[in-house]
Amino acid sequence: MGKTLAEKILSEKSGTEARAGDIVVAQVDLGFIQDTTGPLTVRQFREAGFRKVSGSLRTAVFLDHAVPSPNRELANDHLFLREFVRDTDCFFSDVGGGISHQLVAESLARPGDLIIGSDSHTVTAGGLGAFACGMGSTDVAVIFHLGKTWLRVPESIGVSVSGQFPEVVSGKDLILHLIGLIGADGATYQSLEFGGESVSRMSVSQRLTVANMAIEAGAKVGLFPADDITQEYLAAQGRAGDYRPLFPDEDAAYVRTVAINAARLEPMVARPHTVDNVVPARELKGTKIQQVYIGTCTNGRLEDIEVAARILKGKKRHPETRLMVLPASRAVLQAAIAAGFIETLLQAGAVILPPGCGACLGLHQGVLGDGENCLTTANRNFKGRMGNSEAFVYLGSPATAAASAITGEITDPREFR
Amino acid sequence: MDGGPEKRNGGDSVLTGRTFRFGDNVSTDHIIPGRYTYLRSNLPELAKHVMEDADATFVSRVKPGDFIVGGNNFGLGSSREHAPLVIKMAGVSAILAKSVARIFFRNAINLGLPVLVCNTDGIKDGDELRVDLEAGTVTNLTGGGQLAFSRIPGVMLRILAEGGLLPYIGKHGDFNL
Repeated sequence: MGKTLAEKILSEKSGTEARAGDIVVAQVDLGFIQDTTGPLTVRQFREAGFRKVSGSLRTAVFLDHAVPSPNRELANDHLFLREFVRDTDCFFSDVGGGISHQLVAESLARPGDLIIGSDSHTVTAGGLGAFACGMGSTDVAVIFHLGKTWLRVPESIGVSVSGQFPEVVSGKDLILHLIGLIGADGATYQSLEFGGESVSRMSVSQRLTVANMAIEAGAKVGLFPADDITQEYLAAQGRAGDYRPLFPDEDAAYVRTVAINAARLEPMVARPHTVDNVVPARELKGTKIQQVYIGTCTNGRLEDIEVAARILKGKKRHPETRLMVLPASRAVLQAAIAAGFIETLLQAGAVILPPGCGACLGLHQGVLGDGENCLTTANRNFKGRMGNSEAFVYLGSPATAAASAITGEITDPREFR
Repeated sequence: MDGGPEKRNGGDSVLTGRTFRFGDNVSTDHIIPGRYTYLRSNLPELAKHVMEDADATFVSRVKPGDFIVGGNNFGLGSSREHAPLVIKMAGVSAILAKSVARIFFRNAINLGLPVLVCNTDGIKDGDELRVDLEAGTVTNLTGGGQLAFSRIPGVMLRILAEGGLLPYIGKHGDFNL
């Protein structure tokens, strides 16, 4: 019997014939923390009496959630982490560098890697064929010390995508559709593994978007094969040597398979307050939107900003709708400036925010008022998520967000073709 | 301290307390909202907001030994370990739910906080429960009846038995599965 991607990677990392359901101890290639979960990791690391970060893995510290720091407390957390970085050889990204998951994709993740971050959206790197999985602060503290962790090898759900995506329909609509289909706990403890002829044409940017939201179906990991498109992406990042092809075996066993015809997809939106509360955007026409948020680790890449800029070019945001754009990294921001997208968005009335997580988790930079509706390209719409439990968060693609910014209400972007 | 899974360094194997009943999909944002991120290095202050967006009165009513009872997919969302941490700080002795999101489950066990998966449909808010971690049973002292909870995977049971992941690694030096 062949192996799934999850079984292949965890077999390599554990030195065993890992099969779904097995408990393995696996070598970790990259462990990382960020500024909201990292201070607890460092405190646990020290409280346990661990002295040195293991040399067997790469480690990284990202300041991305509270950037620039909105208050004294979070500024002091940043000081605390910078001090930890000085004592270690961790890869470090300070304020403004970008969101951990984007920087991991740009600079660190390799196909076949085992990556553990103290952030649930660590799954993003699954788009490059890495077994990337979020854990808590204490698990990562132990990984920093031992360079390994225990894992239950997940059963895999095979998601096969066929057909051509219609214009303006994207990976975001695919993953929202899938989560609507299987539910917010539809893949709990399992791996979502994507394949099919459509996937072999999907850009890395789109794959990262889809993998990023695997956790919103409860999945441990969302995995894509590493193929020619992965190779081109890594080469463009100056990392051609990090490529290796990686595919599941043809006779791998899946606990369940889901077939999706991309040609039948349409722009989708998740309504408050759960990510599986998904309907076509057109059904929400008339829902007023006071704020549009384009960016985050889900949809803050150049391709996303380009889609938004094309729709907003020569147009203005609705006067009662604020438009915020957060590129996912400094490199994305620079490329978006060079391509003229940022100028287009500014002319449309956008606020450009620094690369980071912004108001996605309700910290700062776009917290909502009572009763307000926000359409965001982010990944979560839980009650209170954007800083106010009296506000309402809708999730959609960059195209849907841009179209809705123009009309001031939830709008199917096909109206702007 | 040579106790196996039967005896927890963290506490007794029989727990008795009153329940606080919640529904499905209680997220880590309900448990400890992101707007309080600035308090994460000040845990006593952070803990004052436990469960705030699910039940703002919880923190003033919870007593040591009480249980949190959820429905499906308890603890979904963020990897923030602060979620089970503030629940533990509130004195909650165990969480019971029909299903639990994986990062939350792992985080709770790493902190020595038992999470028990069982059919919670018949448990009402305020019911008095007796949980026997060794026997794997939940007895409803108010409503009557007894439930069995799903077996906790062996590795997690061993971590729980030591009172959490750091005590476990402190004792064994490595993962000893």
